[in-house]
Amino acid sequence: MSAEPEGAIGAVADTLLYLDGVSVSFDGFRALNSLSLVLAPGEMRAVIGPNGAGKTTMMDVITGKTRPDTGRVVFRADTDLTKLDEPAIAQLGIGRKFQKPTVFEPHTVWDNLLLALAGDRRPGFTLRARETAEERARIESILRTIRLSDHRARRGGDLSHGQKQWLEIGMLLAQEPELLLVDEPVAGMTDAETEQTAELLREINRTRSVVVVEHDMAFVRALGVKVTVLHEGSVLSEGTIDHVSEDPRVIEVYLGR
Amino acid sequence: MSPAPRALAVPLAVPVIVTGTAVLVAALALGGVAPAYIVSLYGKYLCYGILALAVDLVWGFGGILSLGHAAFFALGGYAMGMYLMRQIGPRGVYGDPLLPDFMVFLNWHALPWYWHGFSHFPFALVMVMLVPGLLALVFGYLAFRSRVSGVYLSIITQALTYALLLAFFRNDMGFGGNNGLTDFKDILGFNIESGRTRAALLVATGVVLSLQYVLARAVTRSRFGKVLIAVRDAESRTRFLGYRPESYKLVIWVLSAVMAGIGGALYVPQIGIINPGEFAPTNSIEAVIWVAVGGRGTLAGPILGAVLVNFAKTLLTGTLPEAWLYALGFLFVFVTLVMPKGLMGLVRMRRRDDVPGAAAAASAAKEATG
Ligand SMILES: Nc1ncnc2c1ncn2[C@@H]1O[C@H](COP(=O)(O)OP(=O)(O)OP(=O)(O)O)[C@@H](O)[C@H]1O
Ligand SMILES: [Mg+2]
Repeated sequence: MSAEPEGAIGAVADTLLYLDGVSVSFDGFRALNSLSLVLAPGEMRAVIGPNGAGKTTMMDVITGKTRPDTGRVVFRADTDLTKLDEPAIAQLGIGRKFQKPTVFEPHTVWDNLLLALAGDRRPGFTLRARETAEERARIESILRTIRLSDHRARRGGDLSHGQKQWLEIGMLLAQEPELLLVDEPVAGMTDAETEQTAELLREINRTRSVVVVEHDMAFVRALGVKVTVLHEGSVLSEGTIDHVSEDPRVIEVYLGR
Repeated sequence: MSPAPRALAVPLAVPVIVTGTAVLVAALALGGVAPAYIVSLYGKYLCYGILALAVDLVWGFGGILSLGHAAFFALGGYAMGMYLMRQIGPRGVYGDPLLPDFMVFLNWHALPWYWHGFSHFPFALVMVMLVPGLLALVFGYLAFRSRVSGVYLSIITQALTYALLLAFFRNDMGFGGNNGLTDFKDILGFNIESGRTRAALLVATGVVLSLQYVLARAVTRSRFGKVLIAVRDAESRTRFLGYRPESYKLVIWVLSAVMAGIGGALYVPQIGIINPGEFAPTNSIEAVIWVAVGGRGTLAGPILGAVLVNFAKTLLTGTLPEAWLYALGFLFVFVTLVMPKGLMGLVRMRRRDDVPGAAAAASAAKEATG
């Protein structure tokens, strides 16, 4: 990327996402407090922290749902995300899975994936769009990845909780984002499902960058990636899972309770 | 596994029934078997069916509860009424070759600029669609862009139709004020009072409703329609997928307004009058009730609801006029509480049960029987 124009914002080499002193307050309450975070291209990062630490709010800021009071969010070293709205950020290549799984309930698993597939989002296109062989092949392949091939014709609303979580991850994949933000993917999952989800995320991480928020420490350990601990809206500790779980401050505010 | 016959079989049922009954009623009346008045009565029901279908597109599929859709219907009606007024020519009470009676009565000496062109049928047809369409475009653009939705949107749609009601009541607006437009003589050169013209208008209404149904079906089943349903149920989720819900809402809103306008244009020559009362907020609310009764989010349901509720209204207002509003209110509460999917919900229940996993079996069965 040496072709980068001189003085481009960001100017942090080899960075996919750069949060620079981001603060957000709700009615005087600081949900994010001068939060800074750097994510390298291809990296998977686990974010942990107690309830109300600001993890979801961080994702809201990255995806354009919440505008920060101060700070910058720089994507690919040249785009300030705080200037864009949700659809623009999504089309730029950032996908998001919500804490509470939200799939389109009346639509089949197949149609949920079809709507998520990367492509033209304008009404003028979708009015005339026909399912192409290429799209079908993509959906088939995602169905295999998320292990829902046998459930393609079921309504999204009829899936089990764990299946909905997977369908949402599948919808993320269908968007072909460069960066995936995954908020508590294994909440409410059985141990077997949790194990499969960790495997799925590692598989996804082979081609994409991932930020995953999770409370389940066994799961975070299974991911085996760098961990960022948030507390009261800023970074408390960062490093390997062993490093952060021995950090006395982390033990005090989070693990030790 | 041949998709074509299945795709054809289902959408044909509604057009065949709608057009078939229209032709039947017209034939019975022309043959003297049935009284002449049922022709324009059934024509009125079918026009209401058009309005119901339009309301359902925005409410049932887009989640936009419009309490002002009768405004688009009435604007289409006024555009047609202006054409019909110009056809009267010198046959008015005052015999003015150019000016409609109400303008002569107001001592006007020239036709207002916005009345020009309406003597030509094709021009009037364009206006029937353009005027409601443009109003919907401007209104929808402003409302959806600033993310007005839910109750707030419903309230401003009511305000819209109420504002138009007040405006059209004014004599100086140039649309006949309180009395509206009436005393029509002919349409396309045919006597508007004759049984054959009325029969032709009824059949035309049946055909137009059928075409609108086929169009609505194609739109709601397209990928656009799937996005629209997604917007209805989880608007913010669609944003994070990269869709702009406001543009989807705007497209369906404008399409729906144009469809309603066409309904109004067919209504006026069959009823013989258009006045500001058509903008009354209660008209829009009634249309929502037809949709709820028939089945919101289905396409056949709202048509059925419009015809049945209005049939009931005709019966009841003939015998117990003061009871109608109570009956309507009761009907709405009953449907909302007991039959949330309306009449179509009852039909569907026998065809498909909602046991998880049955959907695949049901669609296979539909494929076999369809
Ligand atoms: N829209 C909002 N309005 C007011 N307060 C909010 C809003 N969103 C978040 N907050 C507050 O900001 C704080 C951080 O919330 P956030 O959802 O980011 O926490 P979290 O780390 O995701 O917690 P959890 O682990 O429970 O999901 C909380 O105290 C929350 O109540
Ligand atoms: Mg959270």
